[in-house]
Amino acid sequence: MPAMLRKLAQRLGILQHSFAGGVHPEMYKVTAAQPVEVAAIAPIHILPMKQHIGEACTPLVTVGDRVLRGQKIAKSEGYLSVPVHAPTSGRVVRIEEYAIPHPSGMGLPCIFIESDGDDESDTTLEPLTNWRELNPAMLRERARMCGLAGLGGAVFPTFIKLVQDKRFPIETVILNGIECEPWLTNDHRLMLEKPHDILTGMAIIMHMVGAKSGIIAIEDNKPDAAESMRRALAEATDMQGVHVVVLPTRYPQGSEKQLIYSLTGKEVEAGRLPMHIGVLCQNVGTSKALFEAVVQARPLTERLVTVSGDAVENPATLSVRLGTPVRSLFASRGLDDLTGLHLLHGGPMMGERLNSADVPVVKSTTGLLAMRTETMMLAHTEEQPCIRCGHCSEACPVHLVPNLLADACRSDQFDRAENYQLFDCIECGSCSYVCPANIPLVHYFRYGKGQIAQTRREQAFAEASRKRSEARDRRIEAEKTEKAARRSRVRRDHAPAKPVEAAEPEYNDANDATQEKS
Amino acid sequence: MTQLMYALLSLGAFALVAGIVLAVAQKVFHVEGDPMVEKIDNLLPQTQCGQCGYPGCKPYAEAVSGGLADVNHCVPGGERTMLAIADLMGVEPKDLEAEATAPMIAFVREDECIGCTLCIKACPVDAIIGAPKQYHTVITDHCTGCTLCIEPCPVDCIDMLMKPELIEHWSWPLPDTQRARLGHDRRETHAGHA
Repeated sequence: MPAMLRKLAQRLGILQHSFAGGVHPEMYKVTAAQPVEVAAIAPIHILPMKQHIGEACTPLVTVGDRVLRGQKIAKSEGYLSVPVHAPTSGRVVRIEEYAIPHPSGMGLPCIFIESDGDDESDTTLEPLTNWRELNPAMLRERARMCGLAGLGGAVFPTFIKLVQDKRFPIETVILNGIECEPWLTNDHRLMLEKPHDILTGMAIIMHMVGAKSGIIAIEDNKPDAAESMRRALAEATDMQGVHVVVLPTRYPQGSEKQLIYSLTGKEVEAGRLPMHIGVLCQNVGTSKALFEAVVQARPLTERLVTVSGDAVENPATLSVRLGTPVRSLFASRGLDDLTGLHLLHGGPMMGERLNSADVPVVKSTTGLLAMRTETMMLAHTEEQPCIRCGHCSEACPVHLVPNLLADACRSDQFDRAENYQLFDCIECGSCSYVCPANIPLVHYFRYGKGQIAQTRREQAFAEASRKRSEARDRRIEAEKTEKAARRSRVRRDHAPAKPVEAAEPEYNDANDATQEKS
Repeated sequence: MTQLMYALLSLGAFALVAGIVLAVAQKVFHVEGDPMVEKIDNLLPQTQCGQCGYPGCKPYAEAVSGGLADVNHCVPGGERTMLAIADLMGVEPKDLEAEATAPMIAFVREDECIGCTLCIKACPVDAIIGAPKQYHTVITDHCTGCTLCIEPCPVDCIDMLMKPELIEHWSWPLPDTQRARLGHDRRETHAGHA
């Protein structure tokens, strides 16, 4: 009965909160019904020294070293960083710069591991099966040590969020199983196949942050996943405060702030974090990875990747070791020739184009899509003039006015763009998706953000240079004064012992003329 | 008469109080005027390279604000700095004297360095470290690429290298559409005539 009432209330719009805007793209979840397949271990793994948001790592191994699966091969530098681990056993064959999945096509230092086929694991890490009795700080260190970063695609170091702050106690933990990007089916399959692992991960998160309630958020296009999680919840004995919430499907519901609003009706203000309103959001994949790190002592060495797209005959959700070359993954799905295809890293809405398939799978690789040009979802025909239809403003989930923003960015009026709150844009792509004039709106915003960041960097550099230059001038001045003072002292002390006629002339700093006269 | 006295006294007292308040307010809320020199200096890239013909960015800013120098002498600042200064000064923009080159940094070939410290003394931003008879080296993050260290080096062991491009500093280019270019160009020409 309460369920029916809730449903009725939702129908009437009494209970349901709903974020602004959004779109309903075609979902193409072609791999949703297929079980996850384990991808073959590649002969060579390429591990970039930075796979998360934050500071890069430094290698701990040298060429020729034998490494085991799960062994730490690069240590994190700085606070906002997590280490990198070997995805399989083998030998380090090279450490050099190599292209990573990035729109620039540029590279980062990478460790190349030639796999030896044994896939032997490093067993130095102890499983923490008694995590319930353990101090949250210890579990937090485990999350950091195991290289966990948000697997929804943002790869923010997970341990940073798993903290108890007295000023902002976390009341609710939200597990994000929305997966609103078309084509991708990682979270969907994970919720069907590993619901208990996800729940244990969630229990660990709730224990760590001291949260009493939890929500598992799933969209209504995945009823089987919701059912699976509900069943697992019913079997679990210690998950009282947790329930599954099914939300009406709409993109970009999986975006953190939008999801929180849909679930709680509370808005996370610009520049603030979910913790400021007592909420913590984690992806279901991250939750499962945390379970593995804590209970099974397994660092993050693999992730789910949806290899799909209309050019892939044999699409699948794959469990892939990090560092696996993208080309070999496409090849394993029967796609050897990639010429003329558009490759995407991530989903079609927020993903970024790959310039080459010769890049490794990294922690942020949610999906790898190969699209034929003519059927590509966000096909860009030539940009047309804006007709002021306002569809973009209606679609924007953060209440921006994309057409004005694009105008400002296009003409380099960045002050104006910032006044229109350019930096609140989450680059979800809803505006570009609905634009009938095919204006690449998000691309303009990325351009604008990049230019502003560049200017700020230059200003900071100029300011630092000025400070150093001024410090140098001061130092030189001080040295001069000191030298002059010393000279005048020496002159005074060693002056010839003849009677002084007049008052001793006052020595001026380093004034040569004065010194010559005296 | 008494009424007049009251009026004068009360007005006088009021004026006195108001005067004191104003005097105090002037002291307390005193705003340091932002002189032109500082404003111009803030627009300059602070490379201290001397390519403008002045010994540093501040002297050039002083010359520009005093009307002694044109706005187009800052080479590393490029078109953008020139336009910004011209806007600030309210004068016509001028063509740059020299094309700005790609950002460079100095690099000391350490096995050839004799440790003479001459480059250290020449560096306007203290970006070279070393001591007499010790190898010197350039702090890459601090080098402004001014080339002032090249000349004093007696053994010519300093190279100017391309500043390495960092993936973190990469930014998206404008979309490659005709309208993007048009809109952008229009702004450029507009700024040129401003």
